[in-house]
Amino acid sequence: MADTAATLPPAHRSPRFDVRRVLTRHGAWIALALLILVNFAITPNFATWQTLNVNLTQVCAIVIVGVGMTLVIATGGIDLSVGALMAIAGALAPLIFLGKLFPLPHPAVGIALAFVVPVLVAAALGWFNGWLVTRIRIQPIIATLVLFIAGRGIAQVFTNGNLQVFNLPSFQFIGLGRIFGIPFQAILMITIVVAAAWMLRRTVFGRQILAIGGNERAARLSGIPVASVKQRVYLISGLLSGIAGLIVIARNSAADANLVGLGMELDAIAAVAVGGTLLTGGRATVIGTLVGALIIQLVRYTLLANGVPDAAALVAKAAIIVLAVWLQRQSHR
Amino acid sequence: MNAISLKLFQGIGRYGVLLALVALILFGWLRYENFLGAFNVLSVLRYNSMFALVALGMCFVIITGGIDLSVGSTAALGSVVAALLSPYGVMPGLLGGLAAGLAVGACNAFIITRLNILPFITTLATMLAASGCALLLANNQSVSVSYETGFVELGQGDFLGFPIPAWIALITYLLGSLIINFTSFGRTVLAIGGNEDAARLMGLPAQRVKALVYLASGGLAGLAGVILAAQFGAGQPIEGVGWELFAIAAVVVGGTLLTGGVGSVASTLAGVLLLGLIFNILNFENGLGWISLSAYWQSVIRGAFLLLVVAIQARLSMHTEEAA
Amino acid sequence: MAPLLSMHGIDKRFAGIPVLRSAELVVERGEIHALIGQNGAGKSTMIKILTGYYRKDAGEILFDGRPVEFSSPQEAQRAGISTIYQEINLVPYRSVTENICLGREKRRFGLLDWSAMHAEAQALLARFKIDIDVRRPLMAYPTAVQQMVAIARAIGFEAKLVIMDEPTSSLDEREVEVLFGVIRQLKEAGVSVIFVSHKLDELYAVCDRVTIMRDGRTIQVAPMAQLSRLDLVTSMLGRELSQVLHERLDTSNAAGEARETVLKVQNLAVGRKVHDVSFEVRPGEIVGLAGLLGAGRTESVRVVFGADKPDGGTIGFNGRDNAISTPSDAIRAGMGFCTEDRKHEGIIPDMSVRENLTLALMPQLARRGIVDEARSREIVDSFIKRLGIRCAGPEQRIRELSGGNQQKVLLARWLCMNPRLLILDEPTRGIDVGAKAEILSLIHELAGQGLGVLMISSELEEVVEAASRIFVLRDGRTAAELKGDAVTEQSVMAAMAHGDQSAREAVHG
Repeated sequence: MADTAATLPPAHRSPRFDVRRVLTRHGAWIALALLILVNFAITPNFATWQTLNVNLTQVCAIVIVGVGMTLVIATGGIDLSVGALMAIAGALAPLIFLGKLFPLPHPAVGIALAFVVPVLVAAALGWFNGWLVTRIRIQPIIATLVLFIAGRGIAQVFTNGNLQVFNLPSFQFIGLGRIFGIPFQAILMITIVVAAAWMLRRTVFGRQILAIGGNERAARLSGIPVASVKQRVYLISGLLSGIAGLIVIARNSAADANLVGLGMELDAIAAVAVGGTLLTGGRATVIGTLVGALIIQLVRYTLLANGVPDAAALVAKAAIIVLAVWLQRQSHR
Repeated sequence: MNAISLKLFQGIGRYGVLLALVALILFGWLRYENFLGAFNVLSVLRYNSMFALVALGMCFVIITGGIDLSVGSTAALGSVVAALLSPYGVMPGLLGGLAAGLAVGACNAFIITRLNILPFITTLATMLAASGCALLLANNQSVSVSYETGFVELGQGDFLGFPIPAWIALITYLLGSLIINFTSFGRTVLAIGGNEDAARLMGLPAQRVKALVYLASGGLAGLAGVILAAQFGAGQPIEGVGWELFAIAAVVVGGTLLTGGVGSVASTLAGVLLLGLIFNILNFENGLGWISLSAYWQSVIRGAFLLLVVAIQARLSMHTEEAA
Repeated sequence: MAPLLSMHGIDKRFAGIPVLRSAELVVERGEIHALIGQNGAGKSTMIKILTGYYRKDAGEILFDGRPVEFSSPQEAQRAGISTIYQEINLVPYRSVTENICLGREKRRFGLLDWSAMHAEAQALLARFKIDIDVRRPLMAYPTAVQQMVAIARAIGFEAKLVIMDEPTSSLDEREVEVLFGVIRQLKEAGVSVIFVSHKLDELYAVCDRVTIMRDGRTIQVAPMAQLSRLDLVTSMLGRELSQVLHERLDTSNAAGEARETVLKVQNLAVGRKVHDVSFEVRPGEIVGLAGLLGAGRTESVRVVFGADKPDGGTIGFNGRDNAISTPSDAIRAGMGFCTEDRKHEGIIPDMSVRENLTLALMPQLARRGIVDEARSREIVDSFIKRLGIRCAGPEQRIRELSGGNQQKVLLARWLCMNPRLLILDEPTRGIDVGAKAEILSLIHELAGQGLGVLMISSELEEVVEAASRIFVLRDGRTAAELKGDAVTEQSVMAAMAHGDQSAREAVHG
């Protein structure tokens, strides 16, 4: 008898509606819905395409990087180098399509290479992070700190710290283009989110990521190749950072190695945390990261649109992060 | 990690960083005129004293096995508060900046030890909050310091021919060294980092000591902010970006184990100077005109340095894990 | 005079599962009191409740005549209870002096007085005939010295009661003698000692009285001298010796002999705990690995599965020697391993029953990396039915299941791979009686289908009932191989207590 009682999930034992449970499980969605409702009520011109576009484009880079971060955190790691990798990709692309690195046989080749090479370089650097973590066995926070410090320096050395300005619509499509009126970057973001969410749920790789974060020793004893899975995850994080770097420079029509991706690691981690991914690994939601990024952005937008200074929004953001993680801990007891 | 490799490791940490420092100084002395001239030495010390303060707090935090990402924006907040209070005199400015830092530290301590949230994410949040507060107080621009009350002396003045900020850093390091070596608080800090469970079972007040360490880190960052404001004549709400990582790097280069339990205050100071000198030497190198390495190389070199040190750390502990 | 310590009617539950059921412990003044019991009998919980690490659910503790309830080890220490834990709970990077003096430092002018502290540490260690440089880090010294330092620390607190949880596990004979000398000194000084150990020789050498615990209850309290070794082991493991010899199916045994071995381990050596262990398993056979705690059972099987590296010996699996160096090798070769540490090495708590069950099978369930959910569900449903796993459904998180059902899921994790050899380390630990019986009968059924099973269990009754052959390990060596009629609780206990010779005597005598 004792066995049966312990077997049933707590929810069955107390059939009444458990507010706290619902709050902790779906808190992020509820918060997002509330924010949208509040905005309909108080923010002027909220229900417009323009508002949607502004908010979407603001979060694109964060969400794309956040997806990689979600995967890394799901394995129980962290990636501080994402902002620096964005800067490297962002610095490389113009160097390539402006023909400063090597002569271009044809402009189209330059543009194609400007898409491919920076992203591959960022991916390779992500792989390097993974190598440090798995083979040299450096803690993730320090392993990725190396590129956090050195990476932006590398980007600055490439460009001599100069601003690279350009006007190249075919390249900038990634940041400014629209398909049926929807910003291309938003489409790209949604595609990446959906693909990653599907991967996490449906593929062996996704399961392995969560298993490692959930219990690394158990995963190893179940025959999961822990090192190679982690390495691939850091590679993906690097790759996505590269893509985000391209989006940012395309949007700005300029690449500034000093600024591209600055503070991105924190924004991405914040989005992941608010979205409900467990920071110690093992439970992750990519859609949650999207929601988390939207919440943070919407709070900021709401405050700004209603005349609260941007600085106060930072304090609000801090409070949201602590609250989200605290709630998560409560549900995890 | 066994005893031999620990010794080796501490040796590399303690003496390696000193050796590297000496080598770098020798290199500079032989290569550049005026490298060891009073002007260069004093300005290097003056400038790096801020980082030294932040790194000292970080050193304590890391020894307990934690991390404090909020120090940079705490320093920024400290500088703004100090600048705002500087018209009322030296002490109000100094104490105000310190209090601002302590306030952030208290938030960290509370969230980490009471709400049981990871130091990493806690200090990430307070980093944002401190930065927001700094910008709010400063109204999004730098706040000029009053030159009438003598507040700027805290950053620009000399005492016995030695920069005042360097005095402050020196004194806090002496105090820090005293605390870690000669007080039960200091020994408990080391014990917590070495094995928090054991420390608890040994009956040591782990939570209280951890709280105090984050408080101290905040206070030191606030103090660094005061010096920042005094040195540059303005409270800088957007300064301090990346300071935390510089401090972590200095602590690690100084041979403090990131997993906690082993660390040295003196080596941390050496780590700060080492990283600071790299920048200084790059400046000289450019001045010499032989090669033109841009200042941007400094972060690349710093990163490489950090990599070297942590790779050695990891190698040693891996080696001994296998031997055990 | 009233006893120094009396604990009465102590109850404690973890997550609803009782680990202590009105347990008792009484320690007189100046007495060396042995506290023994198997793993999970409740000794450690009892000690941790006493020292304020856990809170009791019910019961009463009187210490030095006053009712007490400590809220932290610190408080217990102040009241005069010092504890030496099984794993050395000290800070390895810090100096010997610090490890001894932390928490009651000597000060001069408000600062630590290092020279006085070094002197004190040196003096304390001198009682143990240890002369070392107390300034060096603790880790610079061998484990035995570290253990002595831990003991010196505990004694230095001028305790009224010193608790030693397996203090000798890392000491050699000479050091044990020195330790016993110190314990006797303590006794003369009127200090009481609670001594936890699985080494019978030591208990008899030094203890005055013994409290035996089993299943969270106090089973027996007796003067050490009035209890024979066999009685003590019997009482600890919980079976009357008069009980009938186990009935065995001779047929399956004979068949087993004829077949090739699936696993053959020879002269295995691992670290400090396993010196010379040999055993073998044939298809369709259940082989038990018996031995007291620390005999090297778990260490041996972990190496077999590739989870740890061996220092010597050969491991032949499916006729190939030493071909396995990682768990994935072992799994591919057809091995499964249910760990004893279900929580830390077995379940992935946040994953569903289905995900946990198919964790090892996943690569086979997938087509081009995509998990075939339909097949996965089919397999999981069939195992839930077959093993009678009680859960709200395959998507329920495994952490919400009871221990027994978690264990069934882990068993299923391996069974769905169709292994040739299944290693079960304490398969019934922390599981209620009903589930225990189910799991055991399942193991039987599987062996009947040709699966080789290697089983470790501290529950002697269970091993003897299940296994047709038992290898008894003692201090990291294979002390006896028992098969057929020789597999009795009596003979296993004798081998555990004395070695091979006495096991034979127990059978034939």
